[in-house]
Amino acid sequence: MGRRKARKQKGAEVELAKFLPPGEGLSEGDSEEEEERVSSRSKGQEEEEDTDLQLNMEIDEQFVLPSGEEIEKENILPSHPPDLHLIHQRIKDNVEVLQDFRVKREAGRARQEYLTLLRQDLAAYYSYSDFLLKKLMELFPLPELVNFLESNEVPRPMTLRTNTLKTRRRDLAQALINRGVNLDPLGKWSKTGLVVYDSSVPIGATPEYLAGHYMLQGASSLLPVMALAPQENERILDMCCAPGGKTSYIAQLMKNTGVILANDSSAERLRSVVGNLHRLGVTNAVLSHCDGRQFPMVLGGFDRVLLDAPCSGTGVISKDPAVKTNKDERDVLRCAHLQKELILSAIDSVNAASETGGYIVYCTCSIMVEENEWVVDYALKKRNVRLVPTGLDFGKEGFIRFKEHRFHPSLKSTRRFYPHTHNMDGFFIAKLKKFSNAIPKMQKDEESTVETASPASAPEVAAEPQLKKKKLEKLKVTTGQKKQRQPPSKGGSVQRHKRPFPQSPGARPPARKQHRVHPNRQ
Amino acid sequence: MRPLTQEETRALFEKLAKYIGENIQLLVDRPDGSYCFRLHKDRVYYVSERILKVATSIPGDKLVALGTCFGKFTKTAKFRLHVTALDYLAPYAKYKVWVKPGAEQSFLYGNHVLKSGLGRITENTAQYQGVVVYSMADVPLGFGVAAKSTQDCRKVDPMAIVVFHQADVGEYVRHEETLT
Repeated sequence: MGRRKARKQKGAEVELAKFLPPGEGLSEGDSEEEEERVSSRSKGQEEEEDTDLQLNMEIDEQFVLPSGEEIEKENILPSHPPDLHLIHQRIKDNVEVLQDFRVKREAGRARQEYLTLLRQDLAAYYSYSDFLLKKLMELFPLPELVNFLESNEVPRPMTLRTNTLKTRRRDLAQALINRGVNLDPLGKWSKTGLVVYDSSVPIGATPEYLAGHYMLQGASSLLPVMALAPQENERILDMCCAPGGKTSYIAQLMKNTGVILANDSSAERLRSVVGNLHRLGVTNAVLSHCDGRQFPMVLGGFDRVLLDAPCSGTGVISKDPAVKTNKDERDVLRCAHLQKELILSAIDSVNAASETGGYIVYCTCSIMVEENEWVVDYALKKRNVRLVPTGLDFGKEGFIRFKEHRFHPSLKSTRRFYPHTHNMDGFFIAKLKKFSNAIPKMQKDEESTVETASPASAPEVAAEPQLKKKKLEKLKVTTGQKKQRQPPSKGGSVQRHKRPFPQSPGARPPARKQHRVHPNRQ
Repeated sequence: MRPLTQEETRALFEKLAKYIGENIQLLVDRPDGSYCFRLHKDRVYYVSERILKVATSIPGDKLVALGTCFGKFTKTAKFRLHVTALDYLAPYAKYKVWVKPGAEQSFLYGNHVLKSGLGRITENTAQYQGVVVYSMADVPLGFGVAAKSTQDCRKVDPMAIVVFHQADVGEYVRHEETLT
């Protein structure tokens, strides 16, 4: 917070600096303007204001891309810490130009140059890794991107959920108000949520909290459970349950009837689940720490499954700013791979013939397409499931086309939530209905051929020639004529290089495919 | 996971009887389905048959908890109630103690209840009787043992202990890792 304030102050200084007599930093054109203004000062105030306005416009329009050398200089000189307010101003100007590129561009400069500069500036200003910023720029239009980054700097409001197994929202609100907590109902869409503005007591240690009258829980984590819509007397599986917020909400909606199997792969984190479930008076839960991927083997035939998959956490940067820098392509793909395995085992553990259920809710706190739409699209191809509306009347629709990917049109019914539009953690929710227990086998073979050809591996087609070209060039440089004599070694080196550094999202799956197909043939 | 042996059942019921007396009967014979006690990793769980069925299909080493944990058997085969059992003790408790709002916090930090913090106490509470501790708003906070009978409570000085602390809901925060 303090940093933001400082930034704002600096921003104000910039504004002030504009109106000061020209210093070293201003260009020639500006000083000319200034001279003009001095000479015309006698003409009256109105006109002066007019020129003043013009001057401002001039500055806006004259956003000049700093040359590569200038940027280099900035980067190289470590003695000068980067000038944050300068960068902020540059981001603002840059975005403005990019929004109306045809008019405001500088002649002869490509859009790409502007974008590269913008990315560098954003990375410096908000301290993101280049990879993540690239991803985010693909995801959001520019003004929205800045809003998104800005909202990641502020924490989300603290919210809590009333435990209706033990109390009512009105009673709880009254009890907390008496303790000096300032709160309000969360929104029309939730009957149990409360948002806390400020509190004179630690909200996680009041006697009401200890007695299990409420659970501290982000607004976004209420949504998947509402989408799941558990019914009484059902058998429900929560595959990745820690720390138990969603699990206890499920139990609350089921009024402690039926059975919930709460699973998490980490025994460590299950401790907090045990505490929370007992505190909240949930009696219908069984806790296990199996690997989620073993699931239909351990136990199957559930009415509903909630899969809150482990993810890269790009939707909750305000909670964990480390995500800004410590994620790269491989982390995202590793998550995506795990998620694909988990969603298949989640679907397999559902009983399609269930009278009341047969639903799977897939959610992540990531906003990456690789971990969301792509995973769901994969599940749609692999199993007999279809997407159904989540039952949430807000949130943005999921992507059905993203860059070179074309997803199933029904992905429109998935929901995305963003910190800057909904003021809750970034979230993705998809609700699937299983319509047959059979695992499509015929399709599987087709799939392996089709998939390598088009949809999922489209990036590979695009990326591989580049890759090959690069490698070839490298080889040309290093080995020169040897290349022609030893063609097999060339192929080998390309292969070997390709695996550790997947260039595109599609680079890995086909490689895995091969592994899977081979045993069948043998 | 296994059913309790005879001795274990006796130890458990003797302990429960200190707090809820003959109301144990209500725990065992319930109108809404059959419930039972199961021992898993020295912990005693109170669980409905339906949930038990699901739990039996999970490998023993992967099972963490089921239903409600009542407490654990110590290495010397004594039974110790945990605060997690409070949900079942509170509604059936025979003897209750209410603490004043000012003393609530102190009890939740694991301290005994002093005479000065005593709001109300059930008539005819005998010395060393198991009691459930409530806040004045009737929220169960924990349980303990009466250090003084109701009669004696009237006479003692304000700083005397009237209820020995055994368990309180503050443990959910203080000892989260030892609850199971």
